[in-house]
Amino acid sequence: MENIGALAILLAFCLAIYAVIGSITGKLRRNPFLIVSAERAVYGVWFLVTLAAGVLVTALLTSDFRFVYVAENSNRAMPAIYKFTAWWGGQAGSLLLWSWLLSTYAAVVIFTNRRKHRDFMPYVVAVLSTVQTFFLILNNFVAAPFEMLAVDRAITAVPDGNGLNPLLQYPAMAIHPPMLYLGYVGFAVPFAFAMGSLITRQPGDGWIHTTRRWTMVTWLFQSCGIVLGAAWAYHVLGWGGYWGWDPVENASLLPWLGGTAFLHSVMMQEKKGMMKVWNMVLVSATFFLCILGTFLTRSGIVNSVHAFASGPIGKYFVGFMAIGIAVTIYLILDRLDYLKSESQLESVISRESSFLFNNLVLLASCFAVLWGTLFPVISEAVSGEKISLDAAWFNRLMIPIGLFLLFLTGVGPLFAWRRTSTESLQRNFMWPGIASVVLVGALVAAGMRNFYALISFGFCLFVALTILVEFYKGAKQIAAKNEINFAHAVVELTHRNTRRYGGYLVHMGIVLMFIGFTGAAFNKNRVDEMKAGDSVTLGSYQLTAKATHEGENENYLWQSAEIEVSKNGESLGVLSPEERVYKASRQPTHEVALRERLNEDLYLNFAGMNDDRAVIQSYVFPLVDWIWIGALTLIFGTLVALVPSKVKREYARTQVVGITRKHATVEK
Amino acid sequence: MKKYGKFAALVVVIVGTLIWLATAGIKENQTYYKTIAELGQMGDQAYSKRLRVGGDICPGSIHRHGNAVDFLLMQEKLNLKVTYDGSDPLPDTFRDGSQALADGRMGHDGVFHANKVQAKCASKYEAKPGGKPAAAPVYPNKASL
Repeated sequence: MENIGALAILLAFCLAIYAVIGSITGKLRRNPFLIVSAERAVYGVWFLVTLAAGVLVTALLTSDFRFVYVAENSNRAMPAIYKFTAWWGGQAGSLLLWSWLLSTYAAVVIFTNRRKHRDFMPYVVAVLSTVQTFFLILNNFVAAPFEMLAVDRAITAVPDGNGLNPLLQYPAMAIHPPMLYLGYVGFAVPFAFAMGSLITRQPGDGWIHTTRRWTMVTWLFQSCGIVLGAAWAYHVLGWGGYWGWDPVENASLLPWLGGTAFLHSVMMQEKKGMMKVWNMVLVSATFFLCILGTFLTRSGIVNSVHAFASGPIGKYFVGFMAIGIAVTIYLILDRLDYLKSESQLESVISRESSFLFNNLVLLASCFAVLWGTLFPVISEAVSGEKISLDAAWFNRLMIPIGLFLLFLTGVGPLFAWRRTSTESLQRNFMWPGIASVVLVGALVAAGMRNFYALISFGFCLFVALTILVEFYKGAKQIAAKNEINFAHAVVELTHRNTRRYGGYLVHMGIVLMFIGFTGAAFNKNRVDEMKAGDSVTLGSYQLTAKATHEGENENYLWQSAEIEVSKNGESLGVLSPEERVYKASRQPTHEVALRERLNEDLYLNFAGMNDDRAVIQSYVFPLVDWIWIGALTLIFGTLVALVPSKVKREYARTQVVGITRKHATVEK
Repeated sequence: MKKYGKFAALVVVIVGTLIWLATAGIKENQTYYKTIAELGQMGDQAYSKRLRVGGDICPGSIHRHGNAVDFLLMQEKLNLKVTYDGSDPLPDTFRDGSQALADGRMGHDGVFHANKVQAKCASKYEAKPGGKPAAAPVYPNKASL
């Protein structure tokens, strides 16, 4: 079986190379058969990589401990679901997952575009297959998933494996890596289309219309992946936070920032024919940030809690990125004339300008995060001293950036294209503006003095109101005109222009998440050693230790503390934080006990015993649940935006009449 | 060109603010990576900078008293006494024998005062023989197929 797997990825590697050469030669020689054969080769790659993945998964599920990978990442006592997720529990397996996802994406892209974009599809195939080839090199020659355990040249199995890292034995963490990878890998598709269209100097923005949904789906996966990671850190790691500016967290954030900038700036190209060079740069940058993200997680170049492994793999990534970036820059510079803008900026207070600043700020934050993440590497290269920047540095920089973005979220969509009149500014922003000033005033009067928190709450209300007013105004009109009730009218309104109102919902999600982030300004915590009967106070809660319990099951040993929680003398029930020690890996994990409420979470962690006293870390996290609610809203909004609009829209290109015809076929 | 002037001014203001935020007081956010051997050679400098020291946690050296945790870090046969008194709980991966990074300052008492400790995710690529019952007899040599 192992031979089938190893052979399959080796053949897939050969086929991927054939697909690159075949489609380029086919295109240059105008040989349609060669082009089609290259496309078939991509299907072949998918089949072979799927086969290899199937072999690995079967080995994991049947606990075939002859495989090094299985022995290192699985054990018999693990539930079947975690045996399956052990597929991406280690280096070799997760790179195989990368390959498999990429080959799946490529096969889907080729199938759905088999009759479209014939003139540049060969290059799309070539670009995707080049990336595929790179990852198959890693699968075949650097991190091989089909290594076997052997004693004296005879393949042998071990009785039981080391088990999946217990920290990963958690539902959110089980799906977090594939979500992130779906996001990382997905950006290869818009990138390939952009390159194909650039190489063949396509007129128009075909690549943008074709890949808009791809980009959004990919972005959605990335968002889910990041939030799942945060939720995992919060619920499992027991350090009481969801984000610590760790290099690997940053690695997932970087392409998300790039992708967000791209999603906004393509609208400028779609509607005004502007920022073409910029979009090319953005889509390429985002793609390479995805590769960089994989590289940072996989190479351990920056010291990190997650740094999974170090070894020769880094060189391959650096080589691939260097060549890729060089080729991309050459292509863009060589074809600058084709990327000429069709219109110009007119006013600082206009939709165009809000997009411009949105992009500037997103890119600046992306650069800042990149700089901070790579600072140890940069400083070592420059001064020979390895210096790292701490979370406080990131916070000092990213909080103002985030607040400015939040502000733009509110004003941007309501600015008119070209220029905005003072009258419309007043109409749209007066009441939300007044309401937020009143809110901030009230909060100050209530004794809140945290500057950033005040600003953030003010902006949150402002943006939320502008969005709600948009829904209200539109829905009221529809309700009056069609004589339907208001709720129905809201649905109707959204359905008529899903992109716009879906976008508003995404913005609403961001606002809710910011409310949650702002809560962090008011966190409280304390650490206590408690004996049965001891009582401590945190915020408005009284915590009383009752007893400790212990036990074991086949996967782990556990010990838990029983803490009674009461507020103003009224009992709120018992929380039992738990410490587990997994048998296979001898690794402890902490199961925190949470009392989740919309206004604040009470978060208890049992840090172990000190003689006969339980060490209890207790925290109060105000508003943190709004992050998860906001994330759900964001997901819902993105899904709405993916639904085709009921009314087909043609964008009135007020300025460039000459090209309108070409764009009349937008959005089928 | 007047309108581009406005854009340029705004861009300069934004970028300028960010650069100021990024560089002002950066010294306080910097942590120097040092090995235990380098720490010994730093002299007085060792007391003024924030440092990050890495090493293996000596088995059996972890002691908890009050809110502080003491342990010994070992790197290339050199030991460093560390006391951790930060507010965050120690990570799950912090245990005997695992690799840890301690951030903090060197005290004049010769003890490293850490306010942040990271421990490396138990890497499955460095199987520790003997540590795990199942893994004891394995990996004499890997046959690659």
